Formats: sequence, C-alpha cells, structure tokens
Amino acid sequence: MKFLQPTTLDEALAAKAEHPHALPIAGGTDVMVELNFDKHRPAALLDLNRVDELAQWAPEDGHIRLGAGVSYTRVIDELADRLPGLAMAARTVGSPQIRNRGTVGGNLGAASPAGDSHPALLAADAVVEVASVRGTRQIRVTDFFTGVKRNALDRDELITAILIAPSTGPQQFCKIGTRNAMVIAVSAFGLALHPERRRVGTGIGSAAPTPRRAHGAEDFLSAALDDEGLWDSRAELPETLATEFGGRVRDAASPIDDVRGSAAYRLHSLAVMARRALAWAWHDYRTSTSDGRA
Amino acid sequence: MSTPTRTPTGAPRELAGPTTGGVGANAQRPDAALKVTGEFAYGSDLWTDDMLWGVTLRSPRPYARIRSIEIGEALAVPGVHAVLTAEDVPGRNVCGLELSDQPVLAEGVVRYQGEPVALVAADHPEIARQAAKKIRVDYDVWEPVTDPMAALGHPTWNQVHDQPAEVSGLSRESAPIHPDGNLVRHLKIRKGEPAPTADVVVTGEYTVGMQDQAFLGPESGLAMPAEDGGVDLYVSTQWLHVDQKQVCAALGLPLEKVRLTLAGVGGAFGGREDLSMHVHACLLALRTGRPVKMVYDREESFFGHVHRHPAMMRYEHGATREGKLVHVRCEIYFDGGAYASSTPAVVGNGGTMGIGPYVVPNVHVDAYGVYTNNPPCGAMRGFGSVQAAFGYEAQMDKLAAALGMDPVELRCRNAMELGSESPTGQIVDSPAPVAELLRRLEAMPLPPEHGAGTAPDLRDLPGGVGNTTHGEGVVRGVGYAVGYKNVGFSEGYDDYSTARVRLEVIGGAPAVTVHTAAAEVGQGLVTIEQQICRTELGVDEVVVHPKDTGVGSGGSTSASRQTYMTGGAVKAACEQVREQLFGLAQQRLGRTVADLRLEGGKVVSDRQGVLGALADILGDEVIEETVEWRHRPTEPIDPEAGQGFAHVQYAFAAHRAVVDVDVELGLVKVVELACTQDVGKAINPEAVIGQIQGGTGQGLGLAVMEEILVKGGEIRNPSFTDYLIPTILDMPPMRIEVLEYPDPHAPYGLRGVGEPPTISSGPAVVAAIRQATGRALTRVPVRPEYITGT
Repeated sequence: MKFLQPTTLDEALAAKAEHPHALPIAGGTDVMVELNFDKHRPAALLDLNRVDELAQWAPEDGHIRLGAGVSYTRVIDELADRLPGLAMAARTVGSPQIRNRGTVGGNLGAASPAGDSHPALLAADAVVEVASVRGTRQIRVTDFFTGVKRNALDRDELITAILIAPSTGPQQFCKIGTRNAMVIAVSAFGLALHPERRRVGTGIGSAAPTPRRAHGAEDFLSAALDDEGLWDSRAELPETLATEFGGRVRDAASPIDDVRGSAAYRLHSLAVMARRALAWAWHDYRTSTSDGRA
Repeated sequence: MSTPTRTPTGAPRELAGPTTGGVGANAQRPDAALKVTGEFAYGSDLWTDDMLWGVTLRSPRPYARIRSIEIGEALAVPGVHAVLTAEDVPGRNVCGLELSDQPVLAEGVVRYQGEPVALVAADHPEIARQAAKKIRVDYDVWEPVTDPMAALGHPTWNQVHDQPAEVSGLSRESAPIHPDGNLVRHLKIRKGEPAPTADVVVTGEYTVGMQDQAFLGPESGLAMPAEDGGVDLYVSTQWLHVDQKQVCAALGLPLEKVRLTLAGVGGAFGGREDLSMHVHACLLALRTGRPVKMVYDREESFFGHVHRHPAMMRYEHGATREGKLVHVRCEIYFDGGAYASSTPAVVGNGGTMGIGPYVVPNVHVDAYGVYTNNPPCGAMRGFGSVQAAFGYEAQMDKLAAALGMDPVELRCRNAMELGSESPTGQIVDSPAPVAELLRRLEAMPLPPEHGAGTAPDLRDLPGGVGNTTHGEGVVRGVGYAVGYKNVGFSEGYDDYSTARVRLEVIGGAPAVTVHTAAAEVGQGLVTIEQQICRTELGVDEVVVHPKDTGVGSGGSTSASRQTYMTGGAVKAACEQVREQLFGLAQQRLGRTVADLRLEGGKVVSDRQGVLGALADILGDEVIEETVEWRHRPTEPIDPEAGQGFAHVQYAFAAHRAVVDVDVELGLVKVVELACTQDVGKAINPEAVIGQIQGGTGQGLGLAVMEEILVKGGEIRNPSFTDYLIPTILDMPPMRIEVLEYPDPHAPYGLRGVGEPPTISSGPAVVAAIRQATGRALTRVPVRPEYITGT
C-alpha cells in the first residue's frame, strides 16, 4: 500500500490527481477501523494531517469557513456559539479520543447515512467546498450525499472546507443510541431556525439511504409560522403544530430494519425528536433577543 | 461513587496482626503498577525471535458438509510455512470441557459459523491471512437448525399467539446435529405434591438473549516446540490443566511433553474455559519446528469463544393469599449451540437454582440443554443462574402484584435462610441472609429526583449526550431483585486445588514463594495468595510464582471458586510449612513450646514472648510443602427427582435499581444500583467492591443492551461497534453494603464473590423499567422498541 503524505494543499491535490484511487485519511477514525477489520484495502492512503490549510477555521464573507481537517473537539470548544447545531452533533461523536481525532471533513468523505455531522449541516444549509488541480467548486450539502456511503466528489477531488452561516436562531441536534454515549445513531435529527429568512432547516440521519432534509416538514412549519405571525409575535407554539411537524419529519424518512433498530422505531423516534427539538428551539427563540442570541 | 460500607456481622476476629497486607487488608495487587502504566505483558504481547504467526480459517456457514479442501495455492504463497487441516491432527481430533464432541479442526461437517477448518503459519500475520483466503473449501450447504425447541422435536413457541406452533413431523429443523440427538441434558426436579393447588397463580414466559463475555484482551498465545519433541504453550486461559489434558489428547503426546504457562489474561468471565487457539498453535509449532504466535482480532474473538446461553423459560408460581409460595413449575430451554462446552453444568445450575433463593414446598423443574447450529454457548459469569433470575424475579413481582403485596415483603416471606430446604432437598447449612439483604436495600435512602425548574445535565438523563429529552417523557421506576449461585464445582465433581508454598531466607530476610496453577484473570487471586501467606506465616515478602503446569491443578478460575479453593489450598500448605517451622524452632531452642505463632517475621509465644527471628531459625533451611485441597464432597442429584446434596456453598446478592425511563423513546438511564451481598469474610475488601461493581455492570449490560444478534445461525454484530457494553454514562454510582456472615465450612468463613452481583442486577433493572412503563417486558435485553411498542 502506498502512503502519500503531502504538506501543502497544492501537493495534496497533485497527489490526488496522480493517484485518484488514493483514500484520503484525516483523523482515521473511520478509515483505520475499515483497514484493521480488513474491510477495505485501498491501493494508497493520502494522509492529510500535515496539510495546515485544512486544519484552520475562520469567518469569511459572512460564513464560517471550517477546514475539512478541524477536529470535533475544536468545533465544540471554539464554535459552539456560532455553530451550535454542529457543536451539539460533534458532542455526540464517539469518545473524547475519537472527537480529538475525527473531523467533519472526514465524516463527509465517508458519507455514511449515520454520520453525526450530517443532520446539523443539512439543517444549517451548509456548503461543501471541494478542490482539485482543476479548481475549486462548491456543493450544497443537500446535493452532496448521492447514495449509501457515496458522495458527489470526483475522483481527483478533496474536501477542503465546509461553509456554514453562523446561526441566526436556535439550533438543536438529537441522536438516539441504545447506550448513553459512544454509539452509532439509530436515528438522528437536526433542526435550525432561520428567523431572518423565516425558514426552518432540518436534517435526518440514519433513517434513509442518505442523510436528507425533511422538505415537506420545513415548508409546512415555515409557512405555519408565517401565517400565524409567530416569527414576530414570538408567541407560544401550538402543540398541534409541533406534533404535525414531527409527523412530517417522520414521513420524510425511509428507514430499514437492521441490528441497531427497527424501521418502525426509527420513524417513531424521529417524530418524537422533531417535536421535542422544535419545542426547545422555539422556547429559546421566544426567550432570546431579536438578534437571535439567547 | 458513594463510599461503600462494610457491615461487620460477627466475622472472625481480625487475623492480620502486625504483618501488613494480610487477610482482611486492602493489599495492593502485585501487578497493579504494571497494569496502570501499560507495562503488563498480556498474551497478545508475547514475542520471540524467529516466531511465525498462525491464523485460522473458519467456516462462513453455520451448517454444511465439507466436500473438499484445497490447500495447494495457500501453501505456495511465499512466506507460508504450513497449512493444516483435520487430517494433520496427530491425536484425537476432538476436544470439549465436559463432553468431547468438538473437532479441533472440522472434519467432514461444520456445525456453526466460525468453526475452525484450517490453519496457516507464515512469517507475517498479513501473509498468513492472505494465504488463508486462498484455501478452497467446497461446502455443501445445509439448512441450519436454529430453534432449540424445534431441535428437540417440540413444537416451537409462538410468542405472537401465545400458543405452540406445530412442527410438521421430523422436519429439517429437528434433525440430529450430533449422532445421539440434540438433547445435551435434561434435568428434572420433582419435589412435593405433583398437582398442588394455590389461591393465586401467575404464569409467564421469558426470553434471555445471547450475551458475550466481551473481555478486552482477545484470545492469544505462543507455542514453542521443545527439544524433547514436546511443546511449551504460553496462553491466556482459565484452567491450565484442563487445557493440558485436551491439548495432549489432540497432539497424541503424554502430559509431561505438553507444558503450559499462563500468559497475561485480559479478562475471562467464562469465555476462556474452552480451548481457542491452544491446539492450533501447538500443531503449527510442531509441524514447522518454530515458535508460533496466534492472536485473534475483535471480530474473530466473537467467533472464537463460547457465549452465554440464550434461554427460553416458562414459569408458573402459586401462593396462598397470605403470600406464602405453594408451588413453582418451570421449564427452561438453554440453547447450547453446536457443541456441548459446559452446557450440562449450566443446565445443572439453571435447573437446581431455577426458582431463586426461596422456600417452596412443591417444585417441578425441567431444564434442557440443546444442540443447535447457533454459536456454541458455555460458561459465563453467573452460569445458568443469570438467565433463570430474569424469569423467577419477574414472576415474584407479578405474583406480588396479583396479591396486592409489596414485592420486597413477598420475597422476604418466602426467603431462604439457614436451615431451609432447597428444591434439591439440600439443607442450607450456612448463613443465607436473603431477607436481610433485601431489607437493607429497602432501608437505603433513594437518590434525589431531578430538581424541578433546573435543567438537568444531559448525562444524567435517558439518551445521555444524544440530547433526546430534557425531562419530557421521563418516568422513574424502582425495582428489587435477589439471586443466588453455587460456589465451586457441584453434583459430585471431585473439585480440588493444589498449592506449593516455600519458605526460605533470601538476602537475610524470610521470603515466601507461593506456586499454584490457578489462573489469574484480573480478579486478584495473586493478591489473595499473598495475603493468605502473609497472615499464615507472618512474612511480608511473598512472591507469586508464574502460573504453570509445573505444579498440580488449581482447578478452574470459574464458579466464584478460586479464593475458596486455591485460597484454601494455600492456607493448608502454609499451615504445613508452619508446623515444620515450629518443629525446627523447638529443635533449635531445645525445648517444646505449646503456644507458638508467627508474627512480623518472628516466632512468638504468648507466654514467653519473642523466641527468635524467623531468619535465624531457618538459616539455610528451605521448607516447602505441596497440598492438594478439597472442599467437602457434594453428590450427584438423582435423575428422576433431582434430589441430592448438589452444592457445596451458596452465595447471595440483592440489588435495588432506580431507573429513569423516557417512556416515549424507550431509552433508559439507570440512576442508581444499590447492592447488598454476603461474602462471609472479605479477604480483600476493595477487591470485593470491585467484583460487585464489575458484576453489577455486566448484569446491567445484559438487561438493557448486550446481545449477540443471531439470524439463521449467523452472528450479525461481531464488533464493539454493534455489540454494546455499558459505558461510564450507563453504569451508575453504587451504594454497596458488604455483609460478613462466616460460612463455618469455608476457609476464613469466606464465600465466593464474583458471580452473585451479575445475577440480581439485571432483573432489578428490568423490574424498575417495568414499574416505570407498566409494560410486561418478557425479553432481555430490553430494547427501546419493547418500551415504545414500535
């Protein structure tokens, strides 16, 4: 097995162009498990740990530009105020050791339907920045997941960053596991309120071949909040609305039965999580100042 | 964790004297520093120059005929030194703990997924793995027998309609997997009236899933070919001598040519009682003339050892209106999988202790152990008692509800005590404080409710950091359970342990060497051996000799027996050494002194004071004694009524579980597990607490998450990604009360400690979930789906 170890992004892109089958490795929390269990034998590994450009985050044009190699621990420690949904999701990843190593870029690269970052990125309408020697392009995260563990990357491309707008309203992330930590999601749900756009963002994890948004639920809730003037009045959310929202989130999923849980339970749990998450987010919205800060 | 308390209840007077680290002290483990600094050498760390790596090719099918095996291509891989199949086994190609029914390498038929078929030795593990993939095995695949009741030709159990589902004739489902049929053992207990009548009767059916021992150090060892044509095997195991016997039979070598030494063991819990890589590594080493190392990875480990038997149980309990048990009927089916392993003894325990520590005049038990094509099942901590406790304790709660009685009160009214008669007609002849254990739990304060108005920490809520509730849907339940377990080997087994104790002067100071073959698997026997030597011989410096077959058998490190058995053997050997030493002292003094004892490295008389330093009295003399020590004999139970003095000692523990359940999402947070356990005498109180905490955690795991999922005979979750064991966020703080009522028959009055806490913790947790949800919950582990009904 070839081991490529570039130290700059240009070198990394050149290496990927030359070895399109090379498997990128950042924290190694997915890749090394696959290798150790002999599930995967890539011809080459492309180690991105020495590429400094990938390990930075910075505000840029009204977004946070989160380098693909920034660890979950740093997301939690440094970005919980601006990217609360993603930070909550990061908090549910593995153990402290895994969070120190694992990265959001790696999560997107693996593109597992159960990836913890994905529902939060979907709800926040994030954009994935990918690059190759041919140039850079941006892919909306909604369009990024193309199948079970497949994504929209071309063979010569690397994920360089994730662009996420800082939150303008409350965000929530919930994840079901059959133990209380260090568990792969049975189902997961991300929610973001975007009061400035009068929109609601959602993300569903572990309940369809890919992570996906619940478009119907988003449209329903955004319209209902508008119709009843709730964005402005910040009045209490009718319980029926939250329940209906939960039902529509459930209806957007198409889960399977597997060792981690039944399809029926996944659907049920999504409805409950979505209802509860909305109640918490709305409570935060009602008690926050008009600039969105709680 | 809250500080555990010990409740002195007339334990023997402190024996330690001025010698430190003796019996009753919290002596530190001799390997403690090495383990916490990561320097302790486990079996997987073994290394010699020039060694080869062995790997195992396993059957991907649960049941198939082997038409042919082609090894040529694998053998041709550069770096491969040997490829072996069944025909290369020079001795008997069969092994097994209780019944010899399991091939060392599959011969003609594979009976479970993961059964070893061929072996490869190569210069590098990667080469060996790649070569193993080039072995061509042609399988004629058969439909596996996977339902234990169907395997016996019984109607299968139709849970949905609560009625038997018919098996059409002798279908494939019930075809015999072994020549003598699919029944491994049927245990019957018939006590009292055959058709008793009771005021109140409750029935129930319960199912327990397949639990794994989940020890962290995988199967590992190193076989070194010896100049005498024999082999030296360094291996992680639970019983060196039973391994030695089986390895010799398979290799066709006499005992003296197969020498075993215990390698560092990273946990066992019953999963190392059967052979794993033992014979395989020896075969490869003898064939190649090179040392051969084998280490399983985590996935292989799930196929490389037996698991806890899944069980299906039916119970009927009858009682008077006053809450006195009139009768218990039960049927228990243990799925033993493809080979017997310790199924007969598991059936023995599950059957004889299948109704719990209660006094019942009329008992009717049928316990079955069955062959199927599921993964082989055998020993695991609690050994038959764990499964039964989920049934009988659920029944006691159900009966209490039917009687309108408090569940603790009902248990106490029927509790076994000193002098009670067991279902096998055995009189309980040492303390059995079952009611006291429960009453003490009841008297403990309950943990506080979550403060109203303040947001609780997510880590304290069901779902944990998953952020699935902030209190919505959370209902608290409290449940009680009590269980018991036999200590040591039962039913007439000649159970003994051997200890060699040597006393000499080294560097001017007296030193003791204690040599046993009893396996240290992490439980702390090495510490216990030192403590007993210190107390009995008044010497601080005690060296634990490596565990090997250079001394007689120590028996199995299982059945909570080693402190009792090897502890008893060490004590007896020390006593003989001491007698010799006193003889020597009196010889040196030239007179007889009646009241000699040893203390702080000196020979002392109460009346005459210090008579001399041990070092001076001993001089160049070396005193060494070897003792084979037995517990009092037990007897087989009779095959028709199941009566007899089957068990040498019982050990009891009880738990109270406080559980918060998110009833809408089916997630649980165990808030507190309180435990009371009678240990007779705590030889090392901290180690006792450790056993109680660990055993409790393992019981909790089975109650709410731990299960090997098997479908069509195939394991679907052979990894720690999907076989979940509790984390620190799942295992709650414990309140522990350790009682010390001495057993007059046991050394120091001690009682086995390791298993009882694994028996009652799970049933207490499930009882609490039942109370919170109102659901019957008849299957463990309880999955969220069972609570939500989705």
